[in-house]
Amino acid sequence: MILHPAILALSIGSILISLMLILSAYFGLLILKKWDLKSGSEVQLSLERKTYLISTVMAYAFSFQVLSFFLFIYTADHLSPLFSGAMCAAGTLNVNRWGYPTFLLKMINFLFAGLWLIINYTDNRAYDYPLIKWKYGLLLFAVPLILAETIIQTSYFLGLHPDIITSCCGALFTPEKQGITSSLIALPRLPLEVLLYLGAGLSIGEGVVFYWKGKGGWLFTFTNGATLIVAALALISFICLYIYELPTHHCPFCILQSEYRYIGYPIYMTFLGSGVSGIGVGALMKARSIESLKEIAPRIQKRLVIFSLLCLTIFLIISGYQMAFSNLKMVF
Amino acid sequence: MTWIEKQRNILDYTLSSLFRRKGKNLALIGVYTCIVFFLASVMFFTYALKREAALILKDAPEMMVQRLLAGRHDLIPLDYGEMIQKIRGVESVKGRLWGYYFDPTNGANYTLMVNEKHFDSGSVIIGKGIEKNLPGDQFGTLPLKAQDGSYLFLKIKSTLSSDSELVSSDLILISETDFKKIFAIPEGYVTDLTVRVRNPKELTTIATKITQLLPDTRPILRDEILRTYDASFNWRGGLLLIILLGSILAFVILAWEKASGLSMEEKREIGILKAIGWETSDILLMKFWEGTVVSLSSFLLGVILAYLHIFFSSSVMFEPVLKGWAVLYPKFRLTPFIDFYQVVALLFLTVVPYTIATLIPSWRTATIDPDMVMRG
Repeated sequence: MILHPAILALSIGSILISLMLILSAYFGLLILKKWDLKSGSEVQLSLERKTYLISTVMAYAFSFQVLSFFLFIYTADHLSPLFSGAMCAAGTLNVNRWGYPTFLLKMINFLFAGLWLIINYTDNRAYDYPLIKWKYGLLLFAVPLILAETIIQTSYFLGLHPDIITSCCGALFTPEKQGITSSLIALPRLPLEVLLYLGAGLSIGEGVVFYWKGKGGWLFTFTNGATLIVAALALISFICLYIYELPTHHCPFCILQSEYRYIGYPIYMTFLGSGVSGIGVGALMKARSIESLKEIAPRIQKRLVIFSLLCLTIFLIISGYQMAFSNLKMVF
Repeated sequence: MTWIEKQRNILDYTLSSLFRRKGKNLALIGVYTCIVFFLASVMFFTYALKREAALILKDAPEMMVQRLLAGRHDLIPLDYGEMIQKIRGVESVKGRLWGYYFDPTNGANYTLMVNEKHFDSGSVIIGKGIEKNLPGDQFGTLPLKAQDGSYLFLKIKSTLSSDSELVSSDLILISETDFKKIFAIPEGYVTDLTVRVRNPKELTTIATKITQLLPDTRPILRDEILRTYDASFNWRGGLLLIILLGSILAFVILAWEKASGLSMEEKREIGILKAIGWETSDILLMKFWEGTVVSLSSFLLGVILAYLHIFFSSSVMFEPVLKGWAVLYPKFRLTPFIDFYQVVALLFLTVVPYTIATLIPSWRTATIDPDMVMRG
């Protein structure tokens, strides 16, 4: 293990948040079992109080998740000189087998925590907590994932021994090597580009329809989700090339470095922001049919749609700008 | 009332409530600031040292080749250099002559190095550290004892500028003939070889070829030295941080205690707020702003103090631990530099534990029953 301040900070933060979440999960379980809004018993009263604690814990956990996601990538990037062969986060994450799982889990947990907060926000607007069982069911699902993240992240840090020969991003993300990454890169550019802009156009269209007519929420969520997956592939496959102005460099982490004016941060943030609010729209579809949320849920959904589309548009503008004004010109 | 207005009003209230309990809150902020100050000092210092090392090594040769004898560094024949020169991709090979000299008069070790530009024998150029410690420097000569017991009185030509004091404090630049006389180095031998390579990507390949061609040598890459510096400074800094973790823990317990030990007056305050219509979530919001105010003030204060400590007072508190120790230690000021990344890591190390420690007590406070408190 490397005694680096950021590693200590990430580990301590994750462990503390996990402890709080275990407590929350325990309370969540109690709520699932014993919740009865009609009763005025002592138990029910204390459960109602505990909902405040859980939502506060989750709000903090979510903020921590956002920050730790970026701190984690930045740290991986920062530590790359310690590993010969590693030139950026891609190489550092590859030092042992826990690097990439931690990265993926951080992304998934970000989505879960965000989704939970959206549902919680909606639920608290209604007088009778109609989504309570659903909400705490989701919590019990998300907490083990965050615990897993803490454990895997710790194993990753414990397994970091400086000077292990690893493959650098140049070796990992080049088409010659067989594996998932290489097949991602080898994806044909033109269909992917068409899919990206088609998906984005569809998302915007469906979003507008949903905003005015309130129909097709699920459709929007799926189109938006699919577009973002295409966008992630497109980022590795060809958008990166324009940012690096190198036709062979596909690494999704180097864009976070200062050489590229930290352009990766807005790209990642808009990408995740659009994702979490897009899923939120679909998740609230069920709430529209609930009596006490009939008016509130559509209003929140509308805001989510706007936010999701805004993020998507910024993402498209940034990547479009990079491609249009790059010194790299590619002919197909 | 708009959202921002509501936050502003609650923040206003929080500030006035904090001011009402000045003593208690100032004590907390004091301890908090101390914790941030210590951690920030360690981090700034190690980071600045790492940068300094990287800057110095920037101009170092990409590769050094040493000869090993029975696992120890030994003199290397110049013929080896000619053999290395023939490897494709090698730009140039140069022999270096350097060594250490112990001066019993002031108990210090000097680094002697032959300089190509310094040809005239009988004179030397010395570092600032040596100049300061030299007894009888008014004579303008430096006596050095040679291998055979005789003394060489070398004229001090000039001293090295203080810009490079970190590396040149104990340095003596000397001519080749004088150096060979002092240490009795046989002809055709040098201390080690430096290799310049045209394409840096070929460094490892050339290093492998050298070990195959000359099995008794050890090539050392500049990147390896940098990596080792990085790792060792990380380790030293991390070790101090680990020790300081104990104080973070103590601080967390203090914060928890402070947050949960509510006075009667505070309880009544919350009770009244609730009775006049504040909701539990509003009180939680107030507690959130309270935490933010305390954390931000202490954090900023701690960081500023640490900045002053490290870059303006030569880090009096940690110097011996983190820098290492020597008789002729250079006086140097670190280049002031703060990385945003360090600040974020520091924020994680201090604010996150504090926030989590106060979570449950704040929630307890916020869910107090107004009726219970009023009845007393």
